[in-house]
Amino acid sequence: MSDLIGAPPSTAADGSGERSHDPSRGRTGDGGGAAERITYREALRRAHRAALTDDPRVIVMGEDVADYGGTYAVTKGLYEEFGRERVRNTPLSESGFVGAGIGAALGGLRPIVEVMTVNFSLLAMDQIVNTAATLLHMSGGQLNVPIVIRMATGAGRQLAAQHSHSLEGWYAHVPGLRVVAPATVADARWMLPAALEDPDPVILFEHATLYGSSGDLAPDDGPVDLDRAAVRRRGEHVTLIAWAGTLGKAIAAAEELAGDGIEAEVIDLRTLRPLDDATLTASVATTGRAVVVDEGWRSVGLGAEVAARITEACFYHLDAPVARICAAEVPIPYPAHLEQAALPQVPDIVAAARATIGR
Amino acid sequence: MTTTTPGPWAVPTRPPVWASRPSASARPPIDLLADMIRIRVLEERCAELYQQTKIRGFLHLAIGEEAVPVGVISALHDDEAVVATYREHGHALIKGVGAGPIMAEMYGRAEGCSGGRGGSMHLFDVGRRFYGGNAIVGGHLPVAVGLAIADQVLDHRRATVCFFGEGAMAEGEFHEAMNLAALWKVPVLFVCENNLYAMGTSLRSSESETNLTVKAAAYNVPSWSVDGMDVVEVEAAATRALTAIRAGGGPVFLEARTYRFRAHSMFDPDLYRPKAEIEAWRERDPIAVLADRLAAADDLDPTLLDELWARAAAEVDEAVAFAEAGTLEPVEDLTRHVYRREVAP
Repeated sequence: MSDLIGAPPSTAADGSGERSHDPSRGRTGDGGGAAERITYREALRRAHRAALTDDPRVIVMGEDVADYGGTYAVTKGLYEEFGRERVRNTPLSESGFVGAGIGAALGGLRPIVEVMTVNFSLLAMDQIVNTAATLLHMSGGQLNVPIVIRMATGAGRQLAAQHSHSLEGWYAHVPGLRVVAPATVADARWMLPAALEDPDPVILFEHATLYGSSGDLAPDDGPVDLDRAAVRRRGEHVTLIAWAGTLGKAIAAAEELAGDGIEAEVIDLRTLRPLDDATLTASVATTGRAVVVDEGWRSVGLGAEVAARITEACFYHLDAPVARICAAEVPIPYPAHLEQAALPQVPDIVAAARATIGR
Repeated sequence: MTTTTPGPWAVPTRPPVWASRPSASARPPIDLLADMIRIRVLEERCAELYQQTKIRGFLHLAIGEEAVPVGVISALHDDEAVVATYREHGHALIKGVGAGPIMAEMYGRAEGCSGGRGGSMHLFDVGRRFYGGNAIVGGHLPVAVGLAIADQVLDHRRATVCFFGEGAMAEGEFHEAMNLAALWKVPVLFVCENNLYAMGTSLRSSESETNLTVKAAAYNVPSWSVDGMDVVEVEAAATRALTAIRAGGGPVFLEARTYRFRAHSMFDPDLYRPKAEIEAWRERDPIAVLADRLAAADDLDPTLLDELWARAAAEVDEAVAFAEAGTLEPVEDLTRHVYRREVAP
């Protein structure tokens, strides 16, 4: 899977707003030369190092981000380089340090706050939903909150029911938040600077199975457009819509379908709020079929929202009902065979795509 | 710092030695009196306007508690931030937000200090460094810590003041904020406005330890209590605390023992407090306490006192006229102020 995840987008120049090359953003790059193969984790670390180097207002806060190097080793080495004032270990106080990040953003800093997992972020949900997402509105436009909150999401590592859930849809429900999910090494490197430039709160979801995956980083990449989905594979028969941890599975399913002459288009949602309706609609209007692959639960989920929007916008183009492949409606179990059975898998996606076509 | 006010309190923790030194800069007491009267008149008018349905939603009055915002904010520098609760009309007024924009906000008018989007509970004025108007009990304490962290990192030598009620001290966010502020020596003054009731729940029935100062002291934060009905005492305590904070001493916790004379909100029939208790506290009305003391010392001309009330009434008349003349934001603007950066279509 790591190869697929890391593969450079084969259709980057498709006009769907894949990359922004605005040099005026002035973000530290990674040097010239040929594409370089690095891990998703290393891409995130470079993004942090560049942000700390470029902007003295950037600070990093979170549990074990300093001496330990970050739970997923993303911030390893940064406190030695930038000091404890800018790379701050926090106590286990999710609401406290996320709230402090919000206040620091109001006070003129550009905080990057790491919350270990989305499950733990529920302890900070008051701050994110009641404060970060509302201040601009309640203050009549006076107080924007330029904070970036990063957290791991998703299952696949046998961490059971309090470390494995995909709750990004809960945050994507909330007006005032921008929610993004890098699924490739390039996005892991370049979503963070774009998120830091954004004047509003951005929640950045990293799927926990991606940290060790590798991919190519092109020397001329730059900050991404946070409003746009990306077409990762072109195809004419069916559209597969995925994000974060399910993108690799969708691409694998597309490769398998191609063996049978079915060309699937794969859309990486990337931005979960606001949803890029234009890219979704353009694709499904052409293919007439859509399968949404969501690692969250089916009921009242992000996949349901995507399916509803496609149905609303493309009803007369659809040749089959929009299909959803989601997690089983169960807290994620510990044993590997049950955990895998609870998650969307490549054969499920292939079968659903075939069913929309009737082959 | 013993007080004669009724209440269930245990002996407060002892103030640090520096807290008993005389305070350097104090505003003239007559100015403190004038400001308390301004708040009182504004809020009495709010109650009337609520009855007339000019103001809607929740309206929380702090009548009886005026000495706390006046005393503390008088000790602040202009560029120092205030983060307050939903019972914050007086705090906003003393921080310099105009009575007109405050009243227009309660009217839901575009000319309000939050553009009409917040109402009574969400007064904001970034220019005055007044950061709300926050209505999730305890939720704004970490935010105040963060504002002060920004000052630390950006090397602004100034303090941030966070007001909250004693009800917030049962919230986890109080404890998280206190720990974080103390660990990082963050320049925050925490002011607990202890009015003995979290809505209708008494301190006695909601806290296993009713001496609130020991809770903050447990985090190594210098903590003491002050008579929240005596504005001169509040100002002196705040001045001492702020001097220490600005010098890099880290956070300070001040408990102001006070009382609201009115119900929690306009919907509250106030059935949970003994009448005698309310009457006993009314005897210690902070405006009367100071006016009587000044009069006894021959420092207050009765005609001047009348003039202060008249001036406050004129200010509020003008504010009401401003609100009445205010405009309603067009419905087409409904989805404004959700994102600073709108999404390109």
